[in-house]
Amino acid sequence: MTATRHLLDYPRFLGRLLWMSTDGSWRFYTWMTVLTAIALVGANAWAHQLAEGMALTGMSDHVSWGLYIANFTFGVGLAAGAVMMVIPAYLYHDHEMHDVTLIGELLAIAAIAICLLFIVVDMGHPERAWHLLPGIGRFNWPVSMLTWDVVVLNGYLLINLHICGYLLYMRFLGRKPRKQWYLPFVFLSIFWAISIHSVTAFLYSGLGGRPFWNSALLAPRFIASAFITGPAFVIVLLQVIRRFTGLPIGEGPLRTLTSVMRVTVLLNLFMLGSELFTAFYTGGSHATAVRYLFFGSHGHHALVPWIWTAVALNITAAVLVHLPATRRHVGLLNLACALAFAGVWIEKGMGLIIPGFVPSTLHEVVEYVPTLTEWKITAGIWAFGLMVLTVAVKVALPVLSGQLAASHAAARH
Amino acid sequence: MSDILSRRTVMKGAGATLGAAAFAHAMAPLTEWSKDLTVDEFLQKHYKELTRDEMARILVHLKAEAKQKYGRDVDIKDLPPQEGVSFGYALNLSVCIGCRRCAEACHQENNHDRSTGNSYIRVLEMQQGSLDLEHGNANYDHPVPAEGKYYLPVQCHQCDNAPCVKVCPVQATWKEPDGIVVVDYNWCIGCRYCEAACPYHARRFNWTKPEIPPEELNPDQGYLSNRVRPQGVVEKCTFCLHRTRAGRLPACLEACPTGARVFGNLLDPKSPIRWVLENKRVFVLKEELGTRPRFFYFFDK
Ligand code: SF4
Ligand code: SF4
Repeated sequence: MTATRHLLDYPRFLGRLLWMSTDGSWRFYTWMTVLTAIALVGANAWAHQLAEGMALTGMSDHVSWGLYIANFTFGVGLAAGAVMMVIPAYLYHDHEMHDVTLIGELLAIAAIAICLLFIVVDMGHPERAWHLLPGIGRFNWPVSMLTWDVVVLNGYLLINLHICGYLLYMRFLGRKPRKQWYLPFVFLSIFWAISIHSVTAFLYSGLGGRPFWNSALLAPRFIASAFITGPAFVIVLLQVIRRFTGLPIGEGPLRTLTSVMRVTVLLNLFMLGSELFTAFYTGGSHATAVRYLFFGSHGHHALVPWIWTAVALNITAAVLVHLPATRRHVGLLNLACALAFAGVWIEKGMGLIIPGFVPSTLHEVVEYVPTLTEWKITAGIWAFGLMVLTVAVKVALPVLSGQLAASHAAARH
Repeated sequence: MSDILSRRTVMKGAGATLGAAAFAHAMAPLTEWSKDLTVDEFLQKHYKELTRDEMARILVHLKAEAKQKYGRDVDIKDLPPQEGVSFGYALNLSVCIGCRRCAEACHQENNHDRSTGNSYIRVLEMQQGSLDLEHGNANYDHPVPAEGKYYLPVQCHQCDNAPCVKVCPVQATWKEPDGIVVVDYNWCIGCRYCEAACPYHARRFNWTKPEIPPEELNPDQGYLSNRVRPQGVVEKCTFCLHRTRAGRLPACLEACPTGARVFGNLLDPKSPIRWVLENKRVFVLKEELGTRPRFFYFFDK
């Protein structure tokens, strides 16, 4: 086949996939309808926020980032963590893992879509996003860490789109994928996954005026927690896929991912402990934010219930994944995954972003509580992300299992 | 078979139409928002890339807009930095009594939103014997000066190594040759990264459209300073550049009843600010962060 034919055939292939994605059982339609409804509520809230101003959020000049940036940070972790499927498959030649890595990459795509949306809704002037385009706008690269984040996030998105698209297309054509067309990108994506989360950590840790964030441990902590949420999500996702599509997924990948989690949950708790030691043993103004987070300060306690919930969730999850019973009962494993996911969501979200602003740089304590508008938009974006993921997995599966192939397609016409 | 297929297709079509309609409905509030957004504004170039003619046209447009909205003639200038001028500011903590008249003057001068009482200056009431901001309080509400306290007004320090400038992803904020850090309100994307980066709480975001009664509007305006800001962008103290670049003093200095504030050209050996720097033991806030402020504090006694 010549290159020009691919140029025509590939879009056609994508079109077919998309069309197919709209077929499904009543369960699928219900699921998508519910998600659409939530996404629309979010879209409506965002339209109001844009028209009436960000005063509709709970943010202020003291706490100038909130739920959106918290979710953005968490989403980057999820995207990076998804690559945890790729590492065992390609670096350690785990063959069972090989077959499901694609699902991890699809998750990464959906997660990045979520992240980009959270950035958009946090902007006062999203229509000026073109100011970020190198050449036409004024892209402050390499000085601003935010421009690095723009580069690495979009790069990660493209890399994963390429890998997934290429592998699926080759399966569709019934041909063996050519290594030079995807392997380098797979290795690149591993390195890149680390970079997206490190750069996101540098966004915060590079700010000298915010002692709570200004810690060299931030990036390693981000990576450790990413390798909790990624595997936790995928473990559950694989079971859902197995249940509803009958794709034969063995126990191997689940076992591998659980072993990864066993290490990362502990690592994450250990690093949290180290941070707490430094803060409290040293004391002084560097500890104020941590004190506020865990115990409240000057009569303000908004974050205390959040963070203790997170600690409880993380510790319970850590105990659960190590219990011998969890190996036998998949229910326990799923519970551990859910707890770990929620625990990190709080810790890397509200528990990380808000204390950076409380107390403020002039040591004023102004609290932040997200408003209904923020919750609606947040829920809407997650719903949209799940839609992307559902559609992506749904179109990938028939190709993976060989139901959709060029030969069949030709026969149908 | 083909019957079922076509029924499916019809259903999908209906679903898609319904979805599109619902989406349009959800986004309806945006019509109001997009009415305010003209094509010219959307395509406006970065401040530094505007030609003289383009700037002149923008100023005419802004004045007409102000006339329409407030029914008043305002003068919006785009004064350039002067050759051989580099501004500095100093504040005498021994005489400041914490009356907050500077903050009030800033509020008036810079056309701040009335309902929020915004100002670029925050005055902290500090514990005698401590420079730890943690013991400061910006929300004091009693006669001043209070026993055992001193007062620390904080505003933008126009840092020479400004974290806010570094972090801006689109160069919407930069340092001018006379040392003032400015924001292009028409270029800022409203990400508030600079607000997170500033160690002195000097930046403000326009969470909503600022509202000022027409009779209270300050008509003497600068393009890069106190013109009424749009919603959704960041703003900050500019050492009143619409005044100081025309040889006048900042509004906060003029309002100060104790003469605690000293302003001037750091390059002029005869300026009062130079006298203070040479004769007083001055210090800057959070020097350890390496921001190199142009705002100095000193004690007399
Ligand atoms: S005080 Fe803050 S806003 Fe002013 S120049 Fe320094 S970092 Fe920027
Ligand atoms: S809020 Fe505006 S000035 Fe501040 S960093 Fe973002 S784009 Fe730059």
